[in-house]
Amino acid sequence: MTEKLKLATASLCGCFGCHMSLLDIDERILELVQLVEFDRSPFTDIKKIGHCDIGIIEGGVANAENVEVLREFRAHCKVLIAFGACAINGGIPAMRNQFELKECLEESYVDGIGVYNRMIPDDPEIPMLLNKVHPIHEVVQIDHFLPGCPPSGDAIWTFLTGLIEGRPVSLPYGQIRYD
Amino acid sequence: MVALPDPEDFTRELLVASNSDRGRLLQYLHAIQQRYSHIPETSVHQLALALRLSESRIRGVIGFYSFLHDTPRGDYDILFSDSITDHMLGSRVLLGDLCTRLGVEPGLPRADGRVTVDVTSCTGMCDQGPAILINGQAVTRLDNFRISSIAALIENLTPLDEWPSELFEVQDNIRRADILLSRGSCGGGALRALVEKGADTIFGEIATSGLRGRGGAGFNTAMKWKFCRAARDDEMNDRVVICNADEGEPGTFKDRVLLNSHADDVFEGMTLCAGIIGARHGYLYLRGEYLYMKHALEETLAQRRRDGLLGQNILGQAGFDFDIEIHLGAGAYVCGEESALIESLEGKRGVPRVRPPFPVTHGYLGKPTVVNNVETFMAAAKIALEGANWFRAVGTEQSTGTKLHSISGDCDRPGIYEFPFGVSIQQVLEECGAADTLAVQVAGAAGSTIPPAEFHRSIAFEDISSGGSFMVFGRHRDLLDMVQNFSRFFVHESCGFCTPCRVGGVLLKDLVDKVHAGRAGTADIQELHRIGTVVKLTSHCGLGTEAANPVLDTLGKFPSIYEKHLTQADYQPAFDLDAALQDARDLSGRDDAGAHIRTDL
Repeated sequence: MTEKLKLATASLCGCFGCHMSLLDIDERILELVQLVEFDRSPFTDIKKIGHCDIGIIEGGVANAENVEVLREFRAHCKVLIAFGACAINGGIPAMRNQFELKECLEESYVDGIGVYNRMIPDDPEIPMLLNKVHPIHEVVQIDHFLPGCPPSGDAIWTFLTGLIEGRPVSLPYGQIRYD
Repeated sequence: MVALPDPEDFTRELLVASNSDRGRLLQYLHAIQQRYSHIPETSVHQLALALRLSESRIRGVIGFYSFLHDTPRGDYDILFSDSITDHMLGSRVLLGDLCTRLGVEPGLPRADGRVTVDVTSCTGMCDQGPAILINGQAVTRLDNFRISSIAALIENLTPLDEWPSELFEVQDNIRRADILLSRGSCGGGALRALVEKGADTIFGEIATSGLRGRGGAGFNTAMKWKFCRAARDDEMNDRVVICNADEGEPGTFKDRVLLNSHADDVFEGMTLCAGIIGARHGYLYLRGEYLYMKHALEETLAQRRRDGLLGQNILGQAGFDFDIEIHLGAGAYVCGEESALIESLEGKRGVPRVRPPFPVTHGYLGKPTVVNNVETFMAAAKIALEGANWFRAVGTEQSTGTKLHSISGDCDRPGIYEFPFGVSIQQVLEECGAADTLAVQVAGAAGSTIPPAEFHRSIAFEDISSGGSFMVFGRHRDLLDMVQNFSRFFVHESCGFCTPCRVGGVLLKDLVDKVHAGRAGTADIQELHRIGTVVKLTSHCGLGTEAANPVLDTLGKFPSIYEKHLTQADYQPAFDLDAALQDARDLSGRDDAGAHIRTDL
C-alpha cells in the first residue's frame, strides 16, 4: 500500500459536537486509521499542523486565533472541508451578529448578574473577537461543505470514504435530512 | 398632529363596519398602519379574537409585508424608491441629504418620533424619479430644492394634506400611443356588444384575436377564461375575476398609467370577463405603492355603478350581476405571482401556492378564478368593441396586438410607449432617444440583459418576452451596480418559503457584493455560476427561478463587468479581517501584536 493520506481536524468557534459525531463512526474508526494518518487534531493532541491532504474544520470564525488556525490549515491542506452548520453558516455563535460586539461584551462582563470585577477583559492572552462571526468560506477558500448540526456519523463516513477513494461523494437522502 | 382615537376603538369600528371578515385581515392591518404608523399590540389582540385567528398568525402577516410594522414609524414615514433607475438619477445622495437635514439614521425613527427615512423596492415612478412615498403618498422628481422643502414642511409639522399639491403630481408621460391608447374610453360599448351579440360570439372574438397575458408569461387569455368557465358546472356564477395591479417588477409603471387614465376600460374588461365566465365578484389587487390612486378608482367604480355598468342587472340584463372591490397590497413583490396574490387577497402571507391546481379551477377561496394583468383586461374590452381583426392587424403571428413598455434610464424621453409586438430593441431605443447604449434590461430584474449585438432582436413572445419593463443603461454605467441592486432586491423580496431562494439569494448577493468591493477571485466567479444554477433549478416559484437571472445573464454576456473588479489572487477574504477587530481593540483598549491579524501567514 502507498503512503497513507494525512488528515488534520480543528474546531474553531463550534461546540465540538461535529468532532463528537466523528466518533459516532464507532468501530469504523479502525478502518479509517488504516486509510489515513491523523496529524493535528484533538484526537492526537498535535499542536502544529504539518503538510496534510485533508483538513476538516468545525465551527465558524469568531476571533483572531480562529483566523490564524484557519489560514494555517488552508496553507497546509490540499483539500479543506467546512464541517457542520457553524463552519458553513456561522451557526449558533453567529446569533450574536444581530447585536453590537459592545452589547455582547457588556452583557457578559459588565452588566450581567453576579459579575465581579466588572470590566471588559484586556489580557493579551485572550484572542480578540471579530465584530461579527463569519462562515469559514468568507475567510479562506473551501473545497467541500458537509452540512448537519452535526453531520451524522454515517454521513461523515460516506463523505470521508468517498473523498479518500477519490470518488464523487453522493450522500443518501437519509443522511442529509434533519427532521 | 391631531390627537388620534384610541386604537382599540378604531380597530373595533373597522371590524364592525365589515362584519369581522377574515379575508380582510390585510386591509384592516393596512388601515391601522396608516393611522398609527404601526400595528399596536391591542389591535393584534382584538383582530385575533374577532377573526378567530391566532395572534402569531396575525404577527406572521405583519412580518411578511414590508409596509406593516410592529413598532411605530415616524409620524412622517418616508420611503425612497430603491430601484436602480432611481439610483441613476441620484436618489442615494438625496437620501443622505434628507437624513442629514432631519438628523435621522436611515431606517430608525427620530428620537422625537417625528420622522423615519428608509428605502423600499421600486415604487413605479422610474420615468420621473427619484421618487419617495410619504405616508403612502408618492412624491416624484426629487431634487435638492424639493428635499429642502420637504425637510422644512416636516420640521414645521405641516399636515400632509396641506403640503403644496405640486409635490404630489404624477405624470402619465405617454410618449407613443398605438391602437390601445389612441382610442377613447369604451364607455360601456364592450358590455353592450356582449349583451347584443352574446357571450359566445364575444368570447369567439377574444379567442380569434390571439390575445395573450400582458404580465409577461403570455398565457392565452381566451384559454384561461375557457378553463375557468368550464371549471364548475353550475349556475351559481360563483367564479371570481381578479385584476393583478401589483405592478412590482422594477422598472414597470404602465399599469399605474392605465389605472390613472384608462381605469374605466380596465374595469370594463373585468366586467366583460365576468359576463363571459359567469362571475359575480371581482377584485382589483392594487399595489400598496399606488395607494394615492385608490380614491379616484373608487370614484370610477361608483360612476360605473350609477351608469348601470356594474352591480345588479348590468345594462338591465337580469342575472348579470358583478361588482368590483379594491384590495391593497402592502409592499411585497412576490404577490405579483397569481397564487401568492390570491393568498394575500385572502388575508394571508403572500406565499405562492403549489400548482396545479391552478387558480382557474381552485383560486380565491377555492373558487374558479381568472387572474389577468391590467393591460390584458383593457385589451379584452377593446377587442370586444372593435373586433378580433382590428387587433390582429398589428403585431406578429404568435404575439398579436401591441404591448405597453415602461421606459426608463439613460434616454431623453422616458415614459410609456405602446409598440406593436415584434418591434426591435433598436427601434425602441431610437424612439426614446437613447444614444450610446451599453445594455438594455428587458422585463425587469427577473428579465434579461441585452447587449448591443442583440439590439436587432424583437420584443415578442417568439423572441424576447416582456411584461413591459425596459431600462436603458448608457455607456458610462457600471452594469455591476445593476446586478448588485437586483440581487439585493431579490433577497428582500424572497417570501422565505423555500431554501434555494431564501438562502441562495443571500449567497448570490454576498458574492456580488464581494466582487463589487474588489475582493473576489476567479473561484468566487465559479461559485456564482454554481449557486445561480442551483437557485434557478430548485426554487419553488417563478421569483426564485428568476432571482439568479441578472447574475447568470451578465456572467454570460458581460463577463468583463466582473473581470475588471477581480483581484489577481485566487482568493481573498470577503471582508477586511484586521478592521473587523477594531471594535474589540476599542473596547479592550488593547493594541498589542495579538490585537491584530498576523500578516506573516
